[in-house]
Amino acid sequence: MNVFARYSDYSSWLLAAEPASRLQARLGGHYRNWLTFRGNTLAMSGLVIVLGLILVALLAPLTGDMNAATHQVLANRLLPPSASHWFGTDELGREIFNRIAYGARVTLVIVTMVALIVLPIGVGIGTAAGYFGGVIDVILMRFTDVFLAFPRLVLALALAAALGPGIENAVIAIGLTAWPPYARTARAETLAIRNADYVLATQLQGASSFRIVSRYIVPLCLPSVIIRLTLDMSGIIITAASLGFLGLGAQPPLPEWGAMIATGRQFLLDQWWVATIPGIAIFFVSLGFNLSGDGLRDAFDPRSVT
Amino acid sequence: MALPGERIGRRVTSAKFRAFLLGFLRLLFTLIITFLGLTAVTFVIGRVIPIDPVLAIVGDRATEDVYARVRAELGLDLPLWAQYANYLRHLIAGDFGTSVITTRPVLSDLLEVLPATAELATISLLIGVLLGTPMGVAAAVYRGRWPDHLIRIFALIGYSVPVFWLGLVGLLVFYARLGWVAGPGRLDIGFEDLVPTVTGIITIDGLLAGNVAVFMNALRHLILPASILGYQAMAQIARMTRSFMLSQLHQEYVMAARAKGLSQWRVVWVHAFGNILVPFITVIALTYGLLLEGAVLTETVFAWPGLGLYMKNSLFNADLNAVLGGAILIGAIFIALNLLSDLVYPLVDPRARIG
Repeated sequence: MNVFARYSDYSSWLLAAEPASRLQARLGGHYRNWLTFRGNTLAMSGLVIVLGLILVALLAPLTGDMNAATHQVLANRLLPPSASHWFGTDELGREIFNRIAYGARVTLVIVTMVALIVLPIGVGIGTAAGYFGGVIDVILMRFTDVFLAFPRLVLALALAAALGPGIENAVIAIGLTAWPPYARTARAETLAIRNADYVLATQLQGASSFRIVSRYIVPLCLPSVIIRLTLDMSGIIITAASLGFLGLGAQPPLPEWGAMIATGRQFLLDQWWVATIPGIAIFFVSLGFNLSGDGLRDAFDPRSVT
Repeated sequence: MALPGERIGRRVTSAKFRAFLLGFLRLLFTLIITFLGLTAVTFVIGRVIPIDPVLAIVGDRATEDVYARVRAELGLDLPLWAQYANYLRHLIAGDFGTSVITTRPVLSDLLEVLPATAELATISLLIGVLLGTPMGVAAAVYRGRWPDHLIRIFALIGYSVPVFWLGLVGLLVFYARLGWVAGPGRLDIGFEDLVPTVTGIITIDGLLAGNVAVFMNALRHLILPASILGYQAMAQIARMTRSFMLSQLHQEYVMAARAKGLSQWRVVWVHAFGNILVPFITVIALTYGLLLEGAVLTETVFAWPGLGLYMKNSLFNADLNAVLGGAILIGAIFIALNLLSDLVYPLVDPRARIG
């Protein structure tokens, strides 16, 4: 550990006023952001919730095997929460605890897939509009505005209605309606760095526009885009659950939380836990993403007043 | 305002007028483009669906000739742009197609269910604005102290909770267990059709007919769904108002107003709040749009016979005309709200006056 020799511990190395290497400076920057984030109790609790979601999704098999989430034990139907059935059982005698745990996987998959659709479209359109400017900018941004003017859930509903119900179509529908804000964010960032000296230098060296945008502009857009994504996660989760609730998203017997609420609705008055518990799960996860998103924005973007 | 007969004055007026006209035309252009885009999207969605409309009419035993003739009658043999032009012409004439379930024109269906949604969304917005605005302002004024934390957490819960779930829990607690409010629907069975439909908004119709019992019953049905939607509106409005106010309260004119000895109330509500009116109005317009969207879910939970329930029912009967008609209507309301907020800016903020 020669690198740390001059410092009492790793944190003073990271926080050194005169970093000796580029790596040290970069890690130090990240570390400072982390310290800001860590000092924010609400943000930390959000992070804990998000990590908890991932952990539950990973450890879902410990709550019973995969099939238990879909298999029925009719003798045990609609049992209230107890020591042996932590969250009670549903109308087919399935453990709700087990289904919630597997539902965390469904939620994670939806969120990841939506992010994989939204980021390339949003960042691609936004950076292209910002970098090329002129007519291309006008056309792309008008295009974005049209999608922005469309209420997200209603468009997702119309798309899901046309494509048919199902988790894949729900993901496509949400993805196609969620990208415009990313295009705007990416465009704003691109406009700010388009005329930076290093971009001009790369242009002089004869780099292609594609190379400049993908290698030198996109990486700088990513932080604000990712913060935006974290803040958006809660909306994505709730929209997915809403589509599930309306019967347009994940189909039974897939343990999707929104669909679980929809089936629990008929037992609401007598067996409250069937519909209530999945809702609490959705609430906690979306709260977790909101809290971490707020914290990330505070840590990375000192301009924003919160 | 230039005095009549003054040459310079007249020149300034005409320049101002030209600028105003230019701004207005730009707004109109944006509006038209957005509307074209909106309808293009619904047009594409209407064509992606895997059902062949020709086959649905002629059946799969029809000869090639019959198939081709019906296809031509429906205009499906034309190039895409011509089909879109046709589609657009019908839309502008108010022809949204016929609903498969009700066998009536979609537009008259939509106009019939719209008042129920408008009633729900408007009351929710009122709740949201009346409670959310003071909360946002208070949070900004007491930044970092307990009122701020309390309001932030209250708002955070508001936009983290799924509205349909909150509706179900609300029904469970306030209707089934406590009996404080009426259940799903807009009226109890005994109160239906007692007053003539004038506006379609039952609370207003009840008052117009002078029937207090109907009004009270409608109110008891309205209060829970409106509060739950209103909570979401409140969360949004409080959060945005807080951040707008924070950006104002640090400015020098606020300090100057304080130094002048103005009361805290006047500094906050007249000076600072007066300066956030433009973004504030935008947020209200956006929130109203969000409420229309939230209505789809809330109406499903509360069996509220509005636009949302209509779209949802149409959706499950593969009544695509009805679903797309609803989507266009909500989209058009979105666009109209944006336009309206653009037009209101100059009234509340002299800096936003065109020219």
